[in-house]
Amino acid sequence: MEDPLVIAGETFESRLIMGTGGAPSMNVLEEALTASGTELTTVAMRRVDPGSRGSVLDVLGRCGIRVLPNTAGCFTAGEAVLTAKLARDALETNWVKLEVIADERTLLPDPIELLDAAEQLVDDGFVVLPYTNDDPVLAHRLEQAGCAAVMPLGSPIGSGLGIRNPHNIELIVERAQVPVVLDAGLGTASDAALAMELGCDAVLLATAVTRAQSPALMASAMRHAVTAGRMARLAGRIPKRRYAQASSPWQGLSSGG
Amino acid sequence: MKITVNGAEREAEDGATVAGVVASVTRAPAGVAVALNDQVVPRGDWPTTIVREADRIEVLTAVQGG
Repeated sequence: MEDPLVIAGETFESRLIMGTGGAPSMNVLEEALTASGTELTTVAMRRVDPGSRGSVLDVLGRCGIRVLPNTAGCFTAGEAVLTAKLARDALETNWVKLEVIADERTLLPDPIELLDAAEQLVDDGFVVLPYTNDDPVLAHRLEQAGCAAVMPLGSPIGSGLGIRNPHNIELIVERAQVPVVLDAGLGTASDAALAMELGCDAVLLATAVTRAQSPALMASAMRHAVTAGRMARLAGRIPKRRYAQASSPWQGLSSGG
Repeated sequence: MKITVNGAEREAEDGATVAGVVASVTRAPAGVAVALNDQVVPRGDWPTTIVREADRIEVLTAVQGG
């Protein structure tokens, strides 16, 4: 079934975008990314560590996965814009997963700083994919600012709480003219399937895979869940009913007894 | 003169360049970016950008995250 994800004119067969945080080793990460089938994967920008051995960029290069730098750890628009520009120079991509968080306890997006940073980066020619609250108004404002997608959270980063407000995600999906990527909070395969059933165009996750007991197996589960959820969305689910509706015919019942 | 590289103060020779500073902290041929006093220095400008007293230099690369 031809059903590609298209972001800013770029086409992806996989609707599962992966993060790389939390993996216990580069080998485990590589196995998980391969099992996930992902074609787009996030990295963070940090000070070089002269003692580090093996780079996440080598893993992505070997797997043929496109790199998506993020601005994780930034608390202000200014920090996020500088980080995005550094990532553009280091990684030769103008794509950025924009994260501007409000505090370390919740890691929730700061909506004021986020929108400010998005506007600045769009003006500077970036393809901006903002990690946002599950707020339909903010998502719309980000789209109006020129973001190439909107990426609402299901629940706080790394929490594994799944999608806490499916109704808001549906509202975002209904209105959006750009792809909606469910980003953050997913815990297991059914969460990813639900995101797709709600109409999201893709899912972005890291912790659910990298900190699972078997990351590669969970990556494979997520891959299938995203595909299954997408197919179910396209297929059109039956309406929910209050009472039963027999699927076997009543006609021709024998009158035994 | 004193400069700060990735948060650590250190001595630098007069005439030292950004390229020299980068080479002192990483051998990675790619995937590295530099901010000099919160402004990006494009890779092509590293050899000709002279560092000055009290400059703050950040040398960043991609790591696992997100």
